[in-house]
Amino acid sequence: MYWILPRLANGPVEMMPAFKSVVARDFTLAIRQGGSIGTAIGFFLTVIVLLPLGLGPDQQLLQRIAPGALWIALLLSVLLSADRLYQTDHDDGSLEIMALSSTPLEVVVLAKASVHWLTSGLPLAIAAPVFGFLLNLDTALIVPLGIAMVTGSVALSLLASLGAAITVGLRQGGLLVSLLVLPLYVPVMIFGVLASSGAQSGIDNSATALIILVAIVLAALVVTPFASAAALRSYMR
Amino acid sequence: MVFAGLDFTAHAGRMLVLRGPNGAGKTSLLRLIAGLADPAGGTLAVEEPSLPADALLGEHVHFIAHQDAIKLHLSVAENLNFWSSFFGGGDVTGAMTAMNLAALAEFQAQRLSAGQKRRLGLARLALVEKPVWLLDEPTVGLDTASQALLADMMTRHLDGGGIIIASTHIDLPVKSSDVLDFATLGERAG
Repeated sequence: MYWILPRLANGPVEMMPAFKSVVARDFTLAIRQGGSIGTAIGFFLTVIVLLPLGLGPDQQLLQRIAPGALWIALLLSVLLSADRLYQTDHDDGSLEIMALSSTPLEVVVLAKASVHWLTSGLPLAIAAPVFGFLLNLDTALIVPLGIAMVTGSVALSLLASLGAAITVGLRQGGLLVSLLVLPLYVPVMIFGVLASSGAQSGIDNSATALIILVAIVLAALVVTPFASAAALRSYMR
Repeated sequence: MVFAGLDFTAHAGRMLVLRGPNGAGKTSLLRLIAGLADPAGGTLAVEEPSLPADALLGEHVHFIAHQDAIKLHLSVAENLNFWSSFFGGGDVTGAMTAMNLAALAEFQAQRLSAGQKRRLGLARLALVEKPVWLLDEPTVGLDTASQALLADMMTRHLDGGGIIIASTHIDLPVKSSDVLDFATLGERAG
């Protein structure tokens, strides 16, 4: 962790206002445009509603696959809103102006990823246990599922921001974002489902899985802002 | 390579006007100076005792590009407030006055005309003080009254010892300007 300290030592006082201003602006834009939150929740609901219809009325089967199905829906919904993360700022020139300031681009990246989490990952993670009733989710799993999803979605947003940053200059970057981010989503998915399944598969490994999930989140929190900022800088050159 | 063989100095309190046909590399040169691009060769040096010689201008630069860097779903005042707090404090009222936007403060930017959007983009110049202004065709879309406002703003900046490097096709009523003409360059490649 020491290698990021010199950067922070330059002025944590100066960086906080910039961080807050980007969060406030992007949050206002997300609420006003309404598109990203609505699309994510709409897509999530569609998957969850269609799944039992496609599988047939086997309640035991539904209960067994419910945590996994909810995680898949969460993952796809977060990915759906990811490719626009930096697009507008890149197109209208805001990104260049932000790069021409004393605020490191890493701070901007972190702020934008936070807003993405607040407007897609977090509302879905909170709504998922409720939608879980459509899949006959075991009521004992509601709390662990909620905790695992709120935690895991932080990593999903951070990794999505990395994918979006790498493809920001491409017109049709959506497919590439999915291909780039999917392998990185696999560990989040595996440990997320394990942390939400309790003793469903025999042995209860959920506590261990949750700890590993938190470790993945922390690693993403450290690595992705630097990687995303580097990708954005290389596009401006 | 866009251009080669450029040699120029921008002086404090003076404006350097870039002239040349479309595609001559005026925008590329401004991006080089801002530090948004790397030169294939040659050097850019800052002759300011308080800065190291190889310092990037970056944060000391106002860069007005073709895009206005405004959010269409925010109002005029909200757009300026954002940039003001992002840069750590600025004079929002002064910036709106300088570009005659005060009456439009509560309008959403998407309802502005192209010229008004340009004025909102240019208002950033008056928001926060930065020593070097890089202006890429700043007058595009501006009517004569707004061009005069811009010229006033530029004159005040030069009088305060600032530097302006601008690419423009029309003669702005700004005193003390040097011209760098891309058409007279010896070597040019597509």
